Amino acid sequence: MSPSSKRHATIYWTGFGIIIALLIVAPLVLPEFWRRFLTEILIWGLLAMSSDILIGYTGMVSFGHSAFFGLGLYGAAAALLMVKPPNLWLAILYGLALSAGAALFVAYFATRLRDIYFAISTLIFSQIFYVAIFTLTEITGGENGLNFSRPQLGIPGVYTIPFTSESLHWFVLAVVTASYLILRRITQSPFGMVLQSIRENEARTRAIGYPVARYKIVAVMLSGLFAGLAGVLYAFQNRFAAPDFVLFLISGEVVIFNVLGGIGTLVGPILGAAFFLTMREFLSRLFPYLASYLNIPHLAEFPYLIPLGVVFILMVIFLPQGLLGFARRWLNR
Amino acid sequence: MGMFADIPWDIIAIQTVNGIVTGMILALVASGLTLIFGIMDVVNFAHGELFMLGAYIGAVVLVTSGSFWVALVVSTLTVALMGAALQVTTLRPLLGRDPLTTILATFGISLVLQNYALWHFGPVPRKIQEPITGQFELFYLVYPWYRVLIAVLSAAIIGGLYLFLKYGRYGVWIRATTQDRFMAQAMGIPVPWVHTGVFAIGAGMAAASGVLFGPLIGINHAMGLDWVLKAFIVVVVGGMGNLGGSIAASILVSLLEAYAVILVGYIYVGGQPLSPALAVVVPFIVLIVTLLFRPTGLFVPTPK
Repeated sequence: MSPSSKRHATIYWTGFGIIIALLIVAPLVLPEFWRRFLTEILIWGLLAMSSDILIGYTGMVSFGHSAFFGLGLYGAAAALLMVKPPNLWLAILYGLALSAGAALFVAYFATRLRDIYFAISTLIFSQIFYVAIFTLTEITGGENGLNFSRPQLGIPGVYTIPFTSESLHWFVLAVVTASYLILRRITQSPFGMVLQSIRENEARTRAIGYPVARYKIVAVMLSGLFAGLAGVLYAFQNRFAAPDFVLFLISGEVVIFNVLGGIGTLVGPILGAAFFLTMREFLSRLFPYLASYLNIPHLAEFPYLIPLGVVFILMVIFLPQGLLGFARRWLNR
Repeated sequence: MGMFADIPWDIIAIQTVNGIVTGMILALVASGLTLIFGIMDVVNFAHGELFMLGAYIGAVVLVTSGSFWVALVVSTLTVALMGAALQVTTLRPLLGRDPLTTILATFGISLVLQNYALWHFGPVPRKIQEPITGQFELFYLVYPWYRVLIAVLSAAIIGGLYLFLKYGRYGVWIRATTQDRFMAQAMGIPVPWVHTGVFAIGAGMAAASGVLFGPLIGINHAMGLDWVLKAFIVVVVGGMGNLGGSIAASILVSLLEAYAVILVGYIYVGGQPLSPALAVVVPFIVLIVTLLFRPTGLFVPTPK
């Protein structure tokens, strides 16, 4: 190991340790609302990070991640409703199985197309799942969604403790951190290198002899699996599943998180999610305040998505690398 | 086909007319989308929102002016101008970059426009009164003339676009830019302004279809979503950037969906007929079949 890469490793892992330590301590000092808020950022961050495998590393923009997220959510819901008592690990298994199935279906068809065509077809395919969940009222509860109870932490029948909002936060943090480390390892593996070479030059990658189509299918499935995991975590957090979580607007937000935070960095999308959700909280408090201050009552309901949408458009034009783009090479070393 | 043998043929005829009418509206939306894609490599995610704004502006102008036709023209021109402004401010800086960035930018535009409409016009759907209320008898049903008029007007607008592209001076500029952007520039065609013009035309067509379709549905801020998704499907099925293909695909998909509404009622699962609501999956099935067997599009003469 050269001295410079040794120094890089020291700084990187120290920073990593500090951030994890802060996230472990955070629920102990934060009030209930912000504790839940932080947990939610981690969950959306995981979803955004899963999509970064496609957008940032393989060069395929997916507009269909809501389908994988939603099926993870509904899969967990199915396990929690059907199996008594609710089993944490079974919920994860069901959620991952459903999202993997959806990912295989989408990957098989959508990877036949490239670039924009891929983006549009993932969007359309995710809409198939939305329509299915919306219309199969007897199974999914249709528009009303499903309510279920939270499982307990531990091994059922041996030792279990109920989740508190602190321990749920730590559980989510552990899953998201493990996912980050796994995904980081994958992007640095030979497999991840092939994905990045598809991003840089697909024709040449194929000419060298790599089965590009198969690599793309595996990439979509990998991405879909982690998106499904985010859906499962969301089920534990909110104990509620609704078709709105499968709608492509969620996929759009995922893309926004990626662009805001910086694609191809894995942590960037989490930062993007944090930025977006914090701005949303801030703006939805700002406008009612401004409305009473300026005495324009209509302003109170001003949608936060208008200023955020404008920020997003400006970022696409002027800062396409995102907030963490400057550190992209460093983070991937 | 034994199980379908007792479908009355007059219902099939009615659904054929219905399918063609919705197909023509869809074709009007999709041809704007295709035009913009074919010439600028821009997938306009905000197309549904331009459709929605067109309908809203039409409803507002109709209230003040009292004339549907004034509303149609004013709404088309306003949204076309707005489209030009959007193109200059957000899409022109992206010229020459990865086409994927244009999806992101237009997605941002669609979020802003949709939320603005929700804030400005409120969540209660609005109505546009149809300009003609006459009806005629189609078998046992009374069928409104207005629906026929929509199909005819859509066909006229698309036909006008075709003639303009084929014979108009600026139409030739547009076709030249499609074929070779750099050569067109070298020949003195102001390519950036051609792009602006094309985006304006596409936006205007979306607005016109919004006003025309307004009387058949309630106007709300989310109405663009359904249409833009269907238009995307049609554009992929017809072959991206292929105007004739997307028109043919619009009519094909709408006809199949209209027939499926009847057919699913004759398919029994566990003694119960399937719900006609399931017919909405037809466009998706057409898309899957297209992607499996002819990913470049059904109506493209020679796949590249």
